[in-house]
Amino acid sequence: MTMPLRPDDGSFLAEVERLSEVPVSACFHCQKCANGCPVAYAMDIAPTVLIRLMQLGQRARVLQSETIWVCASCITCSTRCPNDIDLAHVMDTLRRMSIREGSVSLPHVRTFHEAFLNAIRTHGRVHELELVTRYKLKTMTFFEDMKLGQEMLLRGRMRFLPERIKGRKEVRDMLSPPPARSETKSAL
Amino acid sequence: MNVNYFPGCTLHGTAHDFHDSVVAVFKALGIDLLELEDWNCCGASSAHVLNPEAARKLPARNLLIASASRLPLLTPCAACFHRLKLCQDHLNSRPEDHPDARAISAVEVVHVNDLLLQKEILDIIGQRIKLPLAGLKAVPYYGCLTVRPPRAIRHPRPEDPMEMDRLLSLLGAEPVNWSYKTDCCGGSLAMTRPDVVRRLSGKLFEAAREAGGEVLVTCCPMCQANLDMREREIERETNTSFEMPVMYISELVAIAMQLPETRTWWRKHLVDPLPMLKSKGLAA
Repeated sequence: MTMPLRPDDGSFLAEVERLSEVPVSACFHCQKCANGCPVAYAMDIAPTVLIRLMQLGQRARVLQSETIWVCASCITCSTRCPNDIDLAHVMDTLRRMSIREGSVSLPHVRTFHEAFLNAIRTHGRVHELELVTRYKLKTMTFFEDMKLGQEMLLRGRMRFLPERIKGRKEVRDMLSPPPARSETKSAL
Repeated sequence: MNVNYFPGCTLHGTAHDFHDSVVAVFKALGIDLLELEDWNCCGASSAHVLNPEAARKLPARNLLIASASRLPLLTPCAACFHRLKLCQDHLNSRPEDHPDARAISAVEVVHVNDLLLQKEILDIIGQRIKLPLAGLKAVPYYGCLTVRPPRAIRHPRPEDPMEMDRLLSLLGAEPVNWSYKTDCCGGSLAMTRPDVVRRLSGKLFEAAREAGGEVLVTCCPMCQANLDMREREIERETNTSFEMPVMYISELVAIAMQLPETRTWWRKHLVDPLPMLKSKGLAA
């Protein structure tokens, strides 16, 4: 596939750097991030290429990539970067930008994170059985890992009833989405 | 001696055995764990993705509860530990983001390994060892979240941590040298990409076996669940047999100290550690 390398006006890179507060433009492509990344094999765009695409203003390719959702947040890239580029943190910023622009390539990963936060909203703590059930119903993957789930139940590794905290409302308020304007302003 | 204790959701759920072994070990060492009143989820794998403000506020609430006393805050969960440390790191540089930033940053957050390695506690463990883990080739596996990012965790050796190596030596075991101490098991993709988990975890089992290991030792409830749950699948998929239990460092401390509770923990493991323990003379 050929890709037009004509840079944009620099607005995409500037936006990523402003929202993440990470100087992505400092990357000189030593490729340590890609070489150390344990999930690079499963990505459609290698981490170091993703950075180059940001530098070149390739907004759609970056925000539609599977890479940003396959990233396991293991933080190996950020740890080894000689220029202190916290790529794992940038991945989070890109995920939110991708959600805002409706270009999420692996929606079930987003669904999982939403189910997780909903679990916290409901009880103040995560009830694993409920989280797994909700996620599986939403993504229609109920039969995947079913045997494993049964074994976890049998071995008493799943709590049947949730724990609820007293400070639920306080916790729920923390999770209420901030107004759209302040989100772009705050440190993402 | 008392410490504040933040178990986190996983230790009250799938990793209840980790909770039990941590409580048993510290009780035997004369340390009471005071569970934080009304603690909440730290946001773990997901708040930082969708809502970065919440990813700071959730751990901040727990830290604030802990700050009421001057005791250290023990959290055995690697993800909770990581989120608490990141919250403190953020508020150190931006105290204006929380009205109680100073109190929150002042809380001493410690992981199980840190606490066990304190000089006085090490001495007590040394005195209490009844059954040295002689000849046990143990593979210390640290994973991601107790070492990274080193900026916030302030880990001196993020690529080659030694805490569990030291503890295992003290217990009489042989900590195995290998190159995958801090490689990711795929924990955060456990639900969404089991294929990636099997590949990453499979690599760990493979490397642990190559290094001559008999047991994988972890200090993270996500790593334990991930590896333990997927081991049989990986064996089937790759037509191989690892027969390698995945145990918590606290479980091994408990065995060496011959705590009576240990027997009740093994059935929680999907890969039963008992045959291995028996073959090493560490269980009847």
